Amino acid sequence: MGKTLFDKIWDAHVVQNIPDGPTQLYIDRLYCHEVTSPQAFDGMRARGLRCLRPQQIFCMPDHNTPTHDQDRPIADPVSRKQVETLARNACEFGLTHYGMMSPDNGIIHVVGPEKGLSLPGMTIVCGDSHTSTHGAMGAVAFGIGTSEVEMVLAAQCILQQKPRSMRITINGNLGKGVTAKDVALFLMARITTSGATGYFVEYAGEVVRQMSMESRLTLCNLSIEMGARGGFIAPDETTFTYLQGREFAPQGEAWERALAQWRTLKSDDDAVFDRELVFNAADIEPRITYGTNPGMGIGITESVPEQGDVNFFKSLSYMGFRAGERLLGKKIDYVFLGACTNGRIEDFRAFASVVKGRKKAEGVVAWLVPGSWAVHRQICAEGLDRMLADAGFEIRQPGCSACLAMNDDKIPSGKYCLSTSNRNFEGRQGPGARTILCSPLVAAAAAVTGVITDPRELL
Amino acid sequence: MKQKFDIITSTCVPLPLENVDTDQIIPARFLKATDKEGFGDNLFRDWRYDKEGHPIANFVLNDPTYGGCILVAGRNFGSGSSREHAAWAIAGYGFRVVISSFFADIHKNNELNNFVLPVEVSEDFLAELFQSIQDNPQMQVEVNLPAQTVTNLATGRCETFAINAYKKHCLMNGLDDIDFLLKNVETLPPAPPLHGGE
Repeated sequence: MGKTLFDKIWDAHVVQNIPDGPTQLYIDRLYCHEVTSPQAFDGMRARGLRCLRPQQIFCMPDHNTPTHDQDRPIADPVSRKQVETLARNACEFGLTHYGMMSPDNGIIHVVGPEKGLSLPGMTIVCGDSHTSTHGAMGAVAFGIGTSEVEMVLAAQCILQQKPRSMRITINGNLGKGVTAKDVALFLMARITTSGATGYFVEYAGEVVRQMSMESRLTLCNLSIEMGARGGFIAPDETTFTYLQGREFAPQGEAWERALAQWRTLKSDDDAVFDRELVFNAADIEPRITYGTNPGMGIGITESVPEQGDVNFFKSLSYMGFRAGERLLGKKIDYVFLGACTNGRIEDFRAFASVVKGRKKAEGVVAWLVPGSWAVHRQICAEGLDRMLADAGFEIRQPGCSACLAMNDDKIPSGKYCLSTSNRNFEGRQGPGARTILCSPLVAAAAAVTGVITDPRELL
Repeated sequence: MKQKFDIITSTCVPLPLENVDTDQIIPARFLKATDKEGFGDNLFRDWRYDKEGHPIANFVLNDPTYGGCILVAGRNFGSGSSREHAAWAIAGYGFRVVISSFFADIHKNNELNNFVLPVEVSEDFLAELFQSIQDNPQMQVEVNLPAQTVTNLATGRCETFAINAYKKHCLMNGLDDIDFLLKNVETLPPAPPLHGGE
C-alpha cells in the first residue's frame, strides 16, 4: 500500500515510537514569539539547560507590537516587558532574533515563508496554533504549547501522538471574487470547527493546484479552525518558483539537490487516507461569519440559519443578529485587513483592486496592517500605499494587531468589524467586539460602502 | 505544577456550553505575563466579571452552590488558540480534572503537560452527569487514573477513559516529557540533510 505525504514526512522524522505512548518526533524548525515562549526559557534556566540546536530556532515579537511608532518604546509596560524578554532570551540562548523595527520583523507565519525558512519536507513548530500556515510550503507544521516549546529548545524533539490523515479535495474553478479565505470559511461551515480534530489535512484538487503561494498560505493557516492539527499542500512548481532565491532557501548546487528531493514529496497514487472529503468550487461564494466561532458562516447572499441550539442563540445574542436575517446591507464600524491569515502582498492587492476609483466610506475606521516589513516595502514599491492613501486609507506598521488585540488595536464593545483575521470568538478583537470574518475583497467592499456588500458587484 | 495523580473524588463545577475556546478560558489581554502565576484569577474572565470587574452572579464560578476540583464542560472544549496559559489558568484556579465529551487537540496536550487530567466521556455519560449535578450540586465524581475509570457516584454509572500508558506513567509519577527527552538526547541523529544541506 502506498504512503501519504504526511506519513512520508512524519516517518522521516521519527526518532522513536514509545511503546503504548507517543512518538518522539525530530523538529527541523522552531519559531518563538514573545507570548508563548518566556515560560519555556524560564524552564530551561531552572533546569540549567542550553538549546541543543540553536541554529534551527528563530525568534521574533509580533503579538504585542504596536502598529504605529514602532521606533519608540512600547507604551504599555507589560507588553514592553514581554517583547524585551524575548530579545533577552534570544541573546542568552544564542538564537536569531528579528526585533521590532528590524527590516526582517513581522508576523512569524508571514516571515518564515517569505525568508525561505520554511521549506518542503520539514517539521515546523511554534507556540501558536496558526503554525499550520507553513504547511503551504509542503511541510508538516503545527502549533504547540509552551511546555512543548521547551522540549524543542532543550532536545529539538517533541513527544506527539501521530494524527490521522485526511484529504480534502476541491474540484473545479473558483468563481469571480471567491478567494482561498472563502474556501476555508466554506470548509469550516461544512465540517464544523471540530470536524478535523485529530487529523492532519492534505489539501488537493484543481482549485488548490491553481492557487498562488499566498492563497495556499491562507488556506493552510485556517486548518486549525476546523480543529485539524495542521494542513499542507504537496509542493509543486508554484512552491519551487516562490522559494528560489529566498534568503534561507538552498542556493546553487544545494538548490538542485533540494529540488530533486522535494519533487518526490507527494502522496502515492494508492495511498489510503483515514478520511476523504471532496467539494466542488462551484458551491463556494464570497463568505462571511455571523456567529462566535469560525464555523458559523454563510455565503454572503445567504441568511443566518433559522434554527439552532442554546449555543447558537447565545452567539446570535452576542453578535446582535436575528435568526433568519440577511446580513447584506448591514452597517459596519471597523475594517481590519491583515493577520497571518490575510496580511500578504496579494491580500493588499486584492483590497486595493476593490478600492480603486472609490473612497473609504464615512464613519468606517479601517486598519490596514501588513504582515511584515517585507510586505510593507512591497506595498510601497507597487504604489498601493499612495493609491490607498488617496482613497482615505492608511497603511500601518506590521504585527498581529487587531486579530487578537494584544496591542492598542482593539475594536470597541458592540462595534462590528469586518475582519480578514481567523477568529470571531467572543472578545477576540477586544471585550464586547463583534467580529465578522471575511476575505480582503469582502472587507474592501464594506470599507468603501460602509455596509456588508457583495464584492462581486464592485469588481 | 508536577502533582502526582492517583484517585480524585470531588464535587463538580458544570459548564454546559459547547466549543468553549481558549480565548474564553483566558482572554488574550491576560497573556502578557512572563511567568505562570496568577492565571487562575482570570479564568473565564469575561464570563466571570463585568466591565467594572464585579463578579457576574449567575456565572457558575461565582455561584457558591458549585465547587470542587472537577470542571465538567460541553463538547469541543479548548478549541482555538494553542495558548498554554489556558491550562495554567485551569490548574491555577484549582481544577485537577476536566470532563468533556470531546477535547481540542492542542489544549488536551497542554492540560496533560500541566498535570490536569482531561477525561473524555460519551455524550450520554456527559448528559447524565450534567443532570446529576443539576439535581444535586453536592454529588461527587470519582476519577481513578490507575484503573482509567470515571464514576458518577450519584447514579453509579461508570465509564473507562483513554490515556496512553506513557502519559499515565508520567502523571502518576510526577514526570514530564522533558525529563524523558533529556534522557535520550545523546541518541539523536544529526540534523537531517534533506533540506538543502543546511
